[in-house]
Amino acid sequence: MKPAPFDWHAPETVDAALALKAAHGEAARFLAGGQSLVPAMNFRVAQPGVLIDLNRVAGLDSLDWLADGSLRVGATVRYRMIERDAAVARRLPLLAEALAEVAHPQIRTRGTLGGNLSHADPASEMPAVMLALGARMELRRASGMREVAARDFFLGPLTTALAEDEMLAAIIIPPLPPDTGTAFLEVARRRGDYAMMGVAALLRRDGAGRCAEARLAFCSAGPTPMAAPVAAASLVGTALTGADIAAAAEAAKAEIEPMGSVQASPAYQRHLAGVLAARALTLAAERAA
Amino acid sequence: MKVRVTVNGVAHERDVEPRLLLSDFIRHEIGLTGTHVGCEHGVCGACTILWDGAPARACLAFAVQAEGHDIRTVESLAQAPARLNALQQAFQDSHALQCGYCTPGILMTMTAFLAENPKPTEDEVRHALSGNLCRCTGYQHIVDAVLLAAERGA
Amino acid sequence: MTHSFGKPLTRNEDPRLLRGEALFVDDVELPGLLHVAFLRSPHAHARLLSVDLGAARARPGVIAAYAAEDLGDYWKPGPLLVPPPPVPGMVFHQCCQVPLVKDKARHVGEPVAMVVAESRYIAEDALGDIAVEWEVLDAVGDLEAALQPGAALVHEHLGVNVAAKVHQHRGDYAAAAKAAALVVRRRFTYDRGASIPMETRGVVAQWDPRADRLTVWDTTQAPVVIRNGLAAMLGLSERQVRVVAPNIGGGFGPKMMMFYPEEVLVPWAAMRLGRPVKWIEDRLEHFFATTHERSQIHDAEIALDASGRILGVKDVFLHDNGAYDPYGLTLPLNSQCTLLGCYVVPAYDSVFTAVFTNRTLVTPYRGAGRQHGVFVMERLLDIAARQLGIDRNEIRRRNFIPPDAFPYDQGVIYQDFSRLSYDSGNYAPILAKALDAIGYDRFIAETQPRARAEGRALGIGVVCYVEGTGIGPYEGAKVQVQGSGKVSLATGIGSQGQGHATAFAQVVAEQLGVDIRDIEVTTGDTDQFYWGVGTFASRGAVVAGSAAHEAAKVVRQKILKTAARHFECAEEDLVIADGKVHVVGVPDHSITLGALAGLANPMRGAVTPGTEPGLEATSYFGPAGGATASGAHAMIVEVDPLTLRPTILDYVVVHDCGTVINPLILAGQIQGGVAQGIGNAFFEQLHWDEQGQLMNASLADYLLPTALDVPRIRMDHTVTPSPLNPLGVKGAGEAGAIPVGALFAQALEDALDLPSKEIEILEMPLSPSRLWEISNGG
Repeated sequence: MKPAPFDWHAPETVDAALALKAAHGEAARFLAGGQSLVPAMNFRVAQPGVLIDLNRVAGLDSLDWLADGSLRVGATVRYRMIERDAAVARRLPLLAEALAEVAHPQIRTRGTLGGNLSHADPASEMPAVMLALGARMELRRASGMREVAARDFFLGPLTTALAEDEMLAAIIIPPLPPDTGTAFLEVARRRGDYAMMGVAALLRRDGAGRCAEARLAFCSAGPTPMAAPVAAASLVGTALTGADIAAAAEAAKAEIEPMGSVQASPAYQRHLAGVLAARALTLAAERAA
Repeated sequence: MKVRVTVNGVAHERDVEPRLLLSDFIRHEIGLTGTHVGCEHGVCGACTILWDGAPARACLAFAVQAEGHDIRTVESLAQAPARLNALQQAFQDSHALQCGYCTPGILMTMTAFLAENPKPTEDEVRHALSGNLCRCTGYQHIVDAVLLAAERGA
Repeated sequence: MTHSFGKPLTRNEDPRLLRGEALFVDDVELPGLLHVAFLRSPHAHARLLSVDLGAARARPGVIAAYAAEDLGDYWKPGPLLVPPPPVPGMVFHQCCQVPLVKDKARHVGEPVAMVVAESRYIAEDALGDIAVEWEVLDAVGDLEAALQPGAALVHEHLGVNVAAKVHQHRGDYAAAAKAAALVVRRRFTYDRGASIPMETRGVVAQWDPRADRLTVWDTTQAPVVIRNGLAAMLGLSERQVRVVAPNIGGGFGPKMMMFYPEEVLVPWAAMRLGRPVKWIEDRLEHFFATTHERSQIHDAEIALDASGRILGVKDVFLHDNGAYDPYGLTLPLNSQCTLLGCYVVPAYDSVFTAVFTNRTLVTPYRGAGRQHGVFVMERLLDIAARQLGIDRNEIRRRNFIPPDAFPYDQGVIYQDFSRLSYDSGNYAPILAKALDAIGYDRFIAETQPRARAEGRALGIGVVCYVEGTGIGPYEGAKVQVQGSGKVSLATGIGSQGQGHATAFAQVVAEQLGVDIRDIEVTTGDTDQFYWGVGTFASRGAVVAGSAAHEAAKVVRQKILKTAARHFECAEEDLVIADGKVHVVGVPDHSITLGALAGLANPMRGAVTPGTEPGLEATSYFGPAGGATASGAHAMIVEVDPLTLRPTILDYVVVHDCGTVINPLILAGQIQGGVAQGIGNAFFEQLHWDEQGQLMNASLADYLLPTALDVPRIRMDHTVTPSPLNPLGVKGAGEAGAIPVGALFAQALEDALDLPSKEIEILEMPLSPSRLWEISNGG
């Protein structure tokens, strides 16, 4: 299990990195934390001819709060940095809660949010969380920049909206409105494994305590992270009673497309989705109170 | 290509291919064979080293990436030849190892863990251990050893 | 003198391991070392039409590449390690593994070509240069389908996929069934798992033309047997071959298998190329190339009278042998024999068919088929108890072999080919202790009803088992007092973490009165000890431990004789303590063992006829039969009623392995065994597709339990010494793993109240997904 040979470049600027990508096209892969790419290379499932290591690129490794209260996560910001940030835990508890489920500390030391999202594994927690949080992807290419919403970024298993010459330069996560509660729950075989099913829930109450907004997003539930907009919408205007939540959780099961794995049958995954959605919505409703 | 990596405080310069894994560099280029390799896909934890003080999988990084970083391995723990540090001693006292293959990775994970959390609960220890696989012990004596080391103020 | 035998002493082997100084096979670095990678079959069953190594050989950095035809006369199927048992009417077809595929591949991962290069990286690059033409054949996977007419044949010349068929019986089962108040018949299945030691396999070989000797570092559990086999294959004398099994990163059975193709090829290549050669199995290879275990289907029935007494058991089972059968029938024999458990079974009728499949070979892994037998018997008893309205523990008590019935002859042939006879045991106190420790009565009366009222699903399980351990044929040990005063002990078995360097030192220290830190134990180096068999079947402490004891006793006599001459006194007047000998009552006037070793090896004078120089002895021990350990496991489990994820709330092991040498090491063995049992019961399963492809060949997908999955295990012991060895010990290595499947099944059924829905758990391993299906009637 040794990687195939490759040319290694460690540019120091974004422009240089983008120029390399433009020059080498499909043969080149960006290397951020490497916690998904390197194992794939060790198995020789991935054999990029060129690796563009982003770890020495200046300016990609910062975690910034923008004026509008959004969090901007640079492409090489490591999970370890995010999870140790007290403000993240306070202002984006969903992110913090889900991060604790991502692999193990040794992986989070080097793993990056940007790398994970670019990898676009539908079983991974972070894409679903980005969907629930309404995050935007800042994509850079030599000729400019564009922003893509999380819901438009993930196109299929290991497939994103990134063009061949584009880099995911940053992730922008908007602030949670007041009176919002969130929860992330998953069931994995072992802690740190990819979930057999995971759900991110977000609920906002209005002044009267009724549900003003609801979002549900699942991981391991289809070819991409899966939102359940119909189920979520059914909660808006309700008092978020147990029955309201149970009905929404049941409805969400119809909105996902679990594909099954050696660990879980699709039927069991769908069952879990209902169980976890109900539990996560209940938690989020409590937290929104 | 030339790479200069500092391992356990000593700078080593070697001419290597970019694809050389850090785990292979540590073991076979500079001969520190205490770091073991169990899976080469980042799951077992046997190759855990400290990367600028934080635990990381040596099998999931290329040696060329380690230039300019401080890498520490199990060989750095004991302060003198033929001695054990407090964590190592707690491992012996608790019978926390059998074949000993996973042990160096666990020691490095726990070194970083105890530095951040010097008085952990059993549950915290088990969570922190869960990224290292041990096939021999059933973990109980490892948990005991970490708690013992913490109690002794390791 | 302070005794060390029986004390929970910390281990001699630990400091080097903890400092990262211990030598494992991949740590061996030699000048000019070459590295090997193997091209392996991507197909489970395919005819090999051609292999083209030209491009691989031409790649810079590649030294050599070999296919089967390049091996010439060296290509031959491996030896049969364990011949079939002397059971009348038995059928056995010997089909042993080959070094490289010549005609057809019979499982995914079977080696097809070998590349030797300047680095492992280059060797792997060159695998991509090899062009192979295959004709893909239907793969044999399902055990029952394999036996149907028209099934694809793993070995065509046999005409069937039957590897073996063995029928053993005692008493008249048909009569027992006729007389029974209740007959319970069920089908039980047990799927494949793997041992997955943290260190994969590896071989390094170096031919020294000046010494005319071959040195091989091998992750084997049986270095002496490897030495003998390699010598024979390579046309060398045994003395020309040194096999070293240094520190081994876990074995658990599959490193006992021999000969693996890589073990045959790497030394051959080193001799041929005149350079040292290393092959280290990577984790992906390990999933295909290192042997697996388990996968049996039992159609079993039990006949009982109205009081729950067993009248007889009948079992017909299929055993998945994998593609070849070099290990003979150890596994199904273990299943067949261990099924009888702690119980009086007046009539037993058991027949198994071992089946060739297009899957990785199956050889013993911790438990080695015993868990299958225990699973079947314990499940049958659980179901019978329910149907008879008897408490599950009471039905066990009523059937225990009584303590005055030992030695107890079970009337069948065991894996060591002797009659299965239990040497000693006393089962009722073990069960009583386990029930007491887990709080069985209170759980049933209070805890469980209260939990159920709260909507929580709590269950309890209690199961019993025996484990045949410490079988022959023999091991030996050499004890020698060094001039330094330290004592050396060498034995032929290898160690994979069992603490032999400490436990054997405790055995020797008991005789020689030295600190165990002053006893240097060498295991697994054929230059240090010539004879031996291997570390398997929980036999190290029993057989090699007893040999060490015998050798130490002889050395003790030599010490006393030499000291008596020195002090000019009677041997009876001497005391050996703290590495010195003194005359009773005169502790200040002593002589060290080192000095005595010098006196025993004089530079002048004569060693008189009939005596030997030095303080040294070599002894061998071969037990008359295996020692039968026993125990009970109990657990309380909580299951999330919706996700079906279990949490073990309490786990108790009560174990009887006779005299205990080191309780700390024993605890570690039990805990580790339970952890593997938990993995086997609820986490670990090899999944295959229709084409015989393994679907989860990574540690991300094949799930070893973590520190969060294995609970704290509470332990208690009873001691019924074995009369079959001088120490009274029984093996303990596998006991932790054996009953866990049966325990999980019972406890999970109880937690989910499945019996009330007429649902039973009849299979292993489980998972939340499968448990959800089962509890929904699937």
